[in-house]
Amino acid sequence: MLTLSAKQNIPLGLMRPERVRSFRVTTDAELPAVLRENAALLLPVDWASIPKGFGVVLVRPDSPFASDHQCGALLIDPSLLYLGDGDVIRLTPDLHIRVVYRRNASTNSLLVTERCNSLCLMCSQPPRDVDDSHLVDELLDAIPLFDPGTREVGITGGEPTLLGARLFDLVRSLKSNLPHTGVHILSNGRNFKQLSLAQALAALHHPDLMIGIPLYSDIASLHDYVVQADGAFDETVRGILNLKRCGVRVEVRVVVHAATYARLPALARFIARNLQFVDQVALMGLEMTGFTKANLSELWIDPVDYQAELADAVHTLHAARVKALIYNHQLCLLDPEIRRFAVRSISDWKNEYMPECDGCDLRQECGGFFSSAKLKYSAHIKPQRRRDDALAGGLASIESFT
Amino acid sequence: MALAKRFSAVETFRAVEMAGYRLLPLRFTALDQERYVISNMVGEYLVVKRDQLNDLIHHRVPQGSDLYDEFKSRHFIRDADSDVALDLLALKYRTKLARVSQFTSLHMFVVTLRCDYTCAYCQVSRQTEDRSAYDMSDDTAAAAVEMTFRSPAPAIKIEFQGGEPLLAFDRIKSVVEMAEARNVQEKRNLQFVIASNLSLISDEILDYCDRHGIYLSTSLDGPSSLHDRNRPKPGKNGYELTIRGIKRIQDRLGRDRVSALMTTTERSLPYVKEIIDEYVRLGFRSIFLRPLSPYGFAVTTGQVDKYDAERWLSFYREGLSYILELNKHGYSIRETYAAIILRKMLTPQNPGYVDLQSPTGLGISAIVYNYDGAVYASDESRMLAEMGDQSFRLGRLGVNSYEEMMLSTTLLDALEAGVAEGAPLCSECAFVPYCGADPVYHHATQRDMMGNKALSGYCARNMAIFRHLIALMEDSLADKAILLRWAFDC
Ligand code: SF4
Ligand code: SF4
Repeated sequence: MLTLSAKQNIPLGLMRPERVRSFRVTTDAELPAVLRENAALLLPVDWASIPKGFGVVLVRPDSPFASDHQCGALLIDPSLLYLGDGDVIRLTPDLHIRVVYRRNASTNSLLVTERCNSLCLMCSQPPRDVDDSHLVDELLDAIPLFDPGTREVGITGGEPTLLGARLFDLVRSLKSNLPHTGVHILSNGRNFKQLSLAQALAALHHPDLMIGIPLYSDIASLHDYVVQADGAFDETVRGILNLKRCGVRVEVRVVVHAATYARLPALARFIARNLQFVDQVALMGLEMTGFTKANLSELWIDPVDYQAELADAVHTLHAARVKALIYNHQLCLLDPEIRRFAVRSISDWKNEYMPECDGCDLRQECGGFFSSAKLKYSAHIKPQRRRDDALAGGLASIESFT
Repeated sequence: MALAKRFSAVETFRAVEMAGYRLLPLRFTALDQERYVISNMVGEYLVVKRDQLNDLIHHRVPQGSDLYDEFKSRHFIRDADSDVALDLLALKYRTKLARVSQFTSLHMFVVTLRCDYTCAYCQVSRQTEDRSAYDMSDDTAAAAVEMTFRSPAPAIKIEFQGGEPLLAFDRIKSVVEMAEARNVQEKRNLQFVIASNLSLISDEILDYCDRHGIYLSTSLDGPSSLHDRNRPKPGKNGYELTIRGIKRIQDRLGRDRVSALMTTTERSLPYVKEIIDEYVRLGFRSIFLRPLSPYGFAVTTGQVDKYDAERWLSFYREGLSYILELNKHGYSIRETYAAIILRKMLTPQNPGYVDLQSPTGLGISAIVYNYDGAVYASDESRMLAEMGDQSFRLGRLGVNSYEEMMLSTTLLDALEAGVAEGAPLCSECAFVPYCGADPVYHHATQRDMMGNKALSGYCARNMAIFRHLIALMEDSLADKAILLRWAFDC
């Protein structure tokens, strides 16, 4: 697992920046001077001097300069050794580095606020009621440094719509700096109960934007329980209706756990009947972070024990021509009938395998585990073997070893 | 087992439901001896036992029970916890009725009455060489195209009928080209279909259909023994010609470009399997087991008509069960009538099928321009007229204006009688969201456009099919999976 934020960075005679700055990482010590101001040079180990003009020069612990306390560089925390060309970092006045963007990541998520108006039982990013409006300013600095070839950028919180118009500044910046990059916003959708907010988002005419909104039950009180907010279901459903009315693409997200699995087929029917126009429905496994750990006894169910409900829901959605996607599920646990709906989604820096996976043919296709899954995972992980004849026939038929 | 301190238990959020629930508009009808079907105003349904129905209506369903949640999820009840059900119902209701606001989309052009067949049940065709008397004139064709585009419908389908329309292929060409020229400005989604016995199909015609994206639809009543007896053709090779025509179109234009319809006659009733086999052999993925036509033999007495409904129903049930069996053995084929009804039952959409519409589709969903310039509210209206009953004749092209015809008392009276939700018996029937009104049928059989549904073959037949489909889905998961697919496929 990669660390995205590191505090153990040691100044080697470096002037502390006055404000938070964003830099694009480069290993090109001969970068033309005009490009150096917003660049963080990750000094090549064999480079004999500290070049001038860079926003900051980073040296690794194995660099000869690591012990030169006057060289003017910043000795980085060993956990950041993975940094490479095109990554974007944020450097604070107290020399904390946060990796905002990794060029080689399949998806980059931008945390835009830690505030939220819900309190989901399994929140992976427990909200904090703090004034963090500076996050947007910093992101607005950082976005122009992202590689224009980036496939997708996520916007997460907290609840991004609590930023109000500032959220639209971000989307606008993404649209103008990264016109070919998809934007996926994770929101609880509640604030879109105001049609004007949905209209304002639609008016940005982002060419490739989708908003992911959780819906945990077809029954209002059960959804409200999961998000711990009375009235949230009605607001979220109205939000989805408003967004679709304005032509914004919407993904409905369902985390499957002990409080949601039983009505999964009913929820699928409800979506097919009432919200058939949503663009996709993501059915997701539980991530063992944040509040999930605190509420584990109320949330945990071994995924093998909800396969019937999951398969039923997937088939209902599929029949209704609603695109169904299964996220965060180990392939060996999925009912073979629905494996083809599984998407390898766990972002690469969280992605791990268990000892049980040794020798599994499906590691490439399988999302594996969140590293947090060590806390608790299914008792039914089993390496899978591809059948040769299935391969020859181009089928994804899969058989267990044992 | 407990939540961390900051969180509240599920009971906290369900407490508000304790205050009781209110019923949303719903209807119920017995499914069989023990069970009832409850449906809401947009056709979502649930099958329950009699005591469960009683509990529902007397506000005794225990809050938090599975049944409570099922009722709530399907918008049969609402409680203080949530009122978004009203928004969703409104949206679903609007979706179901969207068709009405789009107005007339199917425009049937009877380009000639001449025919090379002598079908027993056909009241309209003529065996003649006299073109001038039975072909649509230039002026009539131009006026019909003009009237077609008066409809605001975003999708317009022009269907050529006869007689045998290919006998007047030049007329078809001129209508196609007039409509296409007009559509450069209009920008509608314009589609053409020719309903033909295919005996006259030629390379020239196929090329033309290919160039203009024209679909073909034909009649295939079953194996040759049945088809040729139903549809006698001088020369006795009607079946051969139809099959050859279907294959030619499938090869030349693609499988999706030709469809077949069957007419059910007395003679068909013992042969449902053989009829279906015929369709499977031709590679068709759907078959429409159509009801016996009442126009002709059974028109005069309502009682005969009800008796016929029973016999037709056993034909239909047997056919449907055979079709389901074919599906279970890996050949996907659907029965179109069931698919239309299932779409109403299981999806938010409402297929525009004229016989099952409320408000009726007469004139406002489909309309017929006859060769002689007469305008009829439906194909059946025209057949009735050929038998001397002009009750659904809206006017004449070139004589009456669009407004005169669409606002004629003839049409308005029919439309008024054509709202099932307001008809005796129907207004309380749980199946009304799936059903229609069919004023022409009830006029033909009962001399009353609304009709007494207790005596109606239309009601008997449809109610039996609704019950049958719902029971199949309740009682067999395998059937349910297949039927669910049909609902979304059609
Ligand atoms: S055993 Fe294979 S399929 Fe199962 S979790 Fe491990 S890699 Fe995935
Ligand atoms: S015609 Fe019969 S089945 Fe149809 S709605 Fe009326 S009563 Fe019900």
